[in-house]
Amino acid sequence: MPEPILQMHALDAHYGDFQALYGVDMEVSEGEVLAIIGSNGAGKTTLMRSITGLLSNEPSQITYHREDISSLRADEVAMRGLAMVPEGRQLFPSLSVRENLMIGAQVGRKGPWSLDAVYKLFPILDERKDQQSTSLSGGQQQMVAIGRALMANPDLILFDEISLGLAPIIIKDIYDALPGIIGEGMSAIIVEQDISKALSVSSRVYCLQEGRVSLEGASDTVSREDISRAYFGIE
Amino acid sequence: MDWLNAVVQGTLLGGLYALFAAGLSLIFGVMRLVNIGHGDFIVLAAYLGLTVTTATGLHPLLALIVVVPTMGVIGYVLQRGLLNQTLGDDLLPPLLVTFGLSVILQNGLLEVYSADPQKMEAGALETASFAVGGLNLGVLPVLTFAVAVAVIWGLQWTFYHTALGRAFRAVSDNQDIAQLMGLNRRHIFGVAMALALGVTAIAGILLGIRTSFDPSIGGGRLIFGFEAVIIGGLGNLWGTLAGGVILGVAQTVGAKIDPGWQILSGHLAFLFILAIRPNGLFPRISA
Ligand SMILES: Nc1ncnc2c1ncn2[C@@H]1O[C@H](COP(=O)(O)OP(=O)(O)OP(=O)(O)O)[C@@H](O)[C@H]1O
Ligand SMILES: [Mg+2]
Repeated sequence: MPEPILQMHALDAHYGDFQALYGVDMEVSEGEVLAIIGSNGAGKTTLMRSITGLLSNEPSQITYHREDISSLRADEVAMRGLAMVPEGRQLFPSLSVRENLMIGAQVGRKGPWSLDAVYKLFPILDERKDQQSTSLSGGQQQMVAIGRALMANPDLILFDEISLGLAPIIIKDIYDALPGIIGEGMSAIIVEQDISKALSVSSRVYCLQEGRVSLEGASDTVSREDISRAYFGIE
Repeated sequence: MDWLNAVVQGTLLGGLYALFAAGLSLIFGVMRLVNIGHGDFIVLAAYLGLTVTTATGLHPLLALIVVVPTMGVIGYVLQRGLLNQTLGDDLLPPLLVTFGLSVILQNGLLEVYSADPQKMEAGALETASFAVGGLNLGVLPVLTFAVAVAVIWGLQWTFYHTALGRAFRAVSDNQDIAQLMGLNRRHIFGVAMALALGVTAIAGILLGIRTSFDPSIGGGRLIFGFEAVIIGGLGNLWGTLAGGVILGVAQTVGAKIDPGWQILSGHLAFLFILAIRPNGLFPRISA
C-alpha cells in the first residue's frame, strides 16, 4: 500500500458551540483519488476547511507528508502543496480571469501547470482572459476555479462540489477533463453529492453523516444498500 | 480673472488634500479599516521632517528620503503588532483603537515638540512663483499638485499592474480564499499600511513646508482627507484626487466670497455631494 499523503486522526470541528465534525479518521494515499459523499450539512465542506487550515484544529489531528499541519495557517498549508477548488467557486471579482489564475501561482511551486497549460486544458479561458471573472458563465467560472488551484502545482487537490449549479453537459465536460488533471502523481479528494459520479472517478469512498464517518470502502465494491444506509442513516 | 484664479488655486490645494486622502482610501480599500489617527500621522511626519532638517541641515524635500521609509516601517509594525488584532466582523474595535492612537500621538508630540507652531524652512521654494496667462502660480502648490498626481498614478499602477496590487485586491475581495492562495493577509495588510503611511509622509512634509503646524491640527487634516475620499467615491483613487480638487475649489471660491467662509464652504460642498450622490461621484466599492 502506498504511503499516505494525508491523514486525519480523531478530527473534531466546531463553529462556536456547534460541533460539526466528530472524531473523523481518514487517510489519502499518494496518487489516490478519494471521494467524500454525504447529504447537505453532513460536514463535507467543514472537513475541507479543517484540512486547508481555514478552521483551526487541535495539534496532531492532521498530518500531511508526515508533518503535523493541524495548527498551520491556510497560507502555510497552501505553500506545502495542498490546493482547493472551493464550494461555490469563489473567484476574486476584482481580478480578471488571467489574474485569478496567476494568483493561484502565488505559492511559487514548480511543476507542470502554468498559464499556458491551463489555457490548453480550457481554451475558452484563453479567449476570456482579460474579462472580469464575474462576467463568465457558471461552467467557465468553475474552469477558472479549477485552473487557479492547479496553478499552485499541488500534490493534493481538494474539489468541493464542482458540479453544484452547473448544467449536466458542463458537468460531463468537467468530469471528462478530470483524469487529465489528476494524472501525474497528484492525489485528490472529491466531494460530491452525485454518488455515481463520485464513485466513477475515485478508488475509495468515505461517507459522512452528521459529522461522523458512516462508511468507508473501495468505490467499485461498496453496495447501494450500504451507501443509502450510510448516507441517510436509515437502518 | 479673480474667479479663475480662485478655481486654479483651489485645484492646486486639492492636490494636497488628495495626498491627505490617498492613504485613507488605500487602507479602507484593502482592509475596510478607518484610521481615525490618520491626520495625526500626517502631523507626525511633518515633525519627523522638522527633526531631520534641523539635525542634518537637509532641504525638507530631501528629508523625504528618511521620513518616507521611517513612516513605512512604523506603518508595518503598527499593523502587525496592533491593528491586525482589531480587524474582524465588528467595525468598532479599529475605530476605538485608532482614536486612542490619535490621542497618544497628539500628546506625545506635545510632550516632545511643545505646542508652539513650527514650520520647515524650504528657502526659495516657499515663495517662488511664475506667471501663466495672467495667473500667478506658486511653485510649491504646483509641485504639490504634480506630486499628488504622480502618487495617485503610482498607487493605481501598483494596484492594477503588480503582483502586490493583485494581492491587495484579492485580500480585499475575500480574505479566506486569498489565504488559500498562499497570501498571508496579516502581512499584506502590513504592507498596505506601510504604503499608506509612506504617502502620508509625503503629505506631511508638503504640509509642513506650506504652513505652520502644531500637534493639534491632525483632526482637521483627517476631516479634509475623509471628505475628499467620500466625495470621490470609496475605492477609487482617481476619484479621491477629484474629491480633493472639488474640496479645494469649494474652499478657495468660498474664501473669495467671504474669507470667513473657506472651511464652511468646503463642508457644504461635501454635504451637497453626499446628498445627491450618497456613494460619492465615482464609487468602486459599495459601502
Ligand atoms: N459558518 C458556520 N457557522 C455555523 N455553523 C456552520 C457554519 N458552516 C457550516 N455550519 C454547520 O455545520 C454543519 C456542516 O456544514 P457543511 O457546510 O460542512 O456541510 P456540507 O456537508 O458541506 O453540506 P452541503 O452539501 O450543503 O455543502 C451544518 O450543520 C451547518 O449548518
Ligand atoms: Mg458543502
